[in-house]
Amino acid sequence: MKTNRYFLWGMAKSTLIHIFLMTVALTCLFPLFWMIRCAFMTNATVFVDQSLIPHHLNFGNFAIAWTKGNFAVFFLNSVIYTVSVVTGIVFISSLAAYSFSRLKFPGKNIIFYMFVGAMMIPLPGSFVALFVLMTKLHLINTRFGYILCMINVGLSMSILIFKTFFDKMPHELEDAARIDGCGKFGIWWNMAMPFARPAIAVIVIFNSLNVWNEYILSTLLLGDSNLMPLQRGLVVFQGANSTDYPVLMAGLTMAAIPIIMVYLFMQKHIVKGLSSGEVLG
Amino acid sequence: MNTKSKISGLLKDNIENFLFVLPAFAIFCVFYIYPFTNMIYISFQDWIGIGPMHFVGLQNYKELMGDKLWWDSIWHAGYITLFALCFQNPLAFALALACDREIRLKRFYRVVFFIAPVLSEVVVGLIWNWILNPETQNGQHIGLLNHFLYASGFPQLVHDWLGDPKTALTTIAIVNSWKGFGWGFIILLAGLQTIDKQLYEAAKIDGAGAWKTFTNVTIPMMLPVILVVMILTILGCMQVFVLILTLVNEGLVNHTDVPVTRIFSAMQNTNRFGYACAEAVVFGIILVSISFLTKKLSDKAKQA
Repeated sequence: MKTNRYFLWGMAKSTLIHIFLMTVALTCLFPLFWMIRCAFMTNATVFVDQSLIPHHLNFGNFAIAWTKGNFAVFFLNSVIYTVSVVTGIVFISSLAAYSFSRLKFPGKNIIFYMFVGAMMIPLPGSFVALFVLMTKLHLINTRFGYILCMINVGLSMSILIFKTFFDKMPHELEDAARIDGCGKFGIWWNMAMPFARPAIAVIVIFNSLNVWNEYILSTLLLGDSNLMPLQRGLVVFQGANSTDYPVLMAGLTMAAIPIIMVYLFMQKHIVKGLSSGEVLG
Repeated sequence: MNTKSKISGLLKDNIENFLFVLPAFAIFCVFYIYPFTNMIYISFQDWIGIGPMHFVGLQNYKELMGDKLWWDSIWHAGYITLFALCFQNPLAFALALACDREIRLKRFYRVVFFIAPVLSEVVVGLIWNWILNPETQNGQHIGLLNHFLYASGFPQLVHDWLGDPKTALTTIAIVNSWKGFGWGFIILLAGLQTIDKQLYEAAKIDGAGAWKTFTNVTIPMMLPVILVVMILTILGCMQVFVLILTLVNEGLVNHTDVPVTRIFSAMQNTNRFGYACAEAVVFGIILVSISFLTKKLSDKAKQA
């Protein structure tokens, strides 16, 4: 009798918990579903037909967005920026972190704490001064300028993550490499980088998300529509065709899908990166 | 001879070691340190972005103190932040507690709750802009929310959610929380999973009920993680900008302005670079003070 009551109570409790979780999960998914659904409609049906699955699936919006909406260019730009910024960050920050962790030079600690301090102090309006600087350097409206700025954005956090990894690297590994005739650079490349592979995964994912989703700097620095990344392109497109919702939704879908795919395949690393607290500094 | 070569060897060593840091240090100096100091310098000038600067001392700051639109924008960001602290974070904590057990579909929930945080603010803003669309065509509500309200028998609730100054800010705060709660959820869940299960066993043996265990074991153990989530929420929400830009399309300027919007428009619309920098400096000081205060409060709470 008593066990029965406990059993029922447990059942009721877990059902309630599932209802709660499921409600929130549906709230998360439905807007995305709605975006994809509207991407398959036409201007004639999108305002009238409110059924969950439209009767006629129209694939043309993706083609229109890709060609007329200039999304082919925006998409390619986003890929270029993401790949070059992330590659730059991985090399530059791992070199610096290796030196901070294993090598000696005067002023090492001061420079390291400058990087850490930069991470702690939020600079919400630094884009004003950055814009002034880029104008002076004639780097406005150049891919190179935007890439350098974005490398700087991800640098501090990546150095910190790399350094915590290199600090854990056993000294025997280095000694063995040194006996084999490796220089410092060789040890960094042959020993430290392979050892820090999990750190590289975390850094690549977080910085890719960050660059792919960046908006403010690309707005300030890139006025030429041939240089704009996707996020900026979406806003430009929306401003110019504010009523063409199906094509806009097709564009949004194309911007969201790659990031969701990366997330689904890499979520183990994302959770690990977040929960180890390394990302939080 | 010997010591000389030793010294030159050491020097060469130091230079070589510094070369590893040089690329990072150079980028950092040019793109962080210089703009940072230059921002403070420009904030004392009257400058339209080109041509000569005019030193005006504290004039920009004095004007800022009396700028009602600026303090309104701080309040708007504060409102969005308070909303997130009161609703988004407790929701994230409740979800994390619900998932911190052997439960079916746990992986599914964990994946789904973190989708919105990985999407860009532009994508989220434009999706919700469409869902919240207030227009009608041939008597039909074209926005999903208003259509749903109308069709499910609440026509009196149909509303221009983002266009009405009374509801715009709360609507933005809700969308912002929708996008952001997944961060807190993941961090809090990871924190819950590090709590030693023996503590729960011990509490059970001592006869503590579910509520007592929660207040005496879970909360104290989670306090550092909760504070990290709070600080991240405050810093993130205070700086919200792109989400609002894409939600309201610059439609309802003075009612939904946040500090970053003000800085942006001082720079782009009125070309007042000095004023924009003064705003940026004041805003930065406010953010650092808030996170510092939160940290101090947490240290006090830990001691008590």
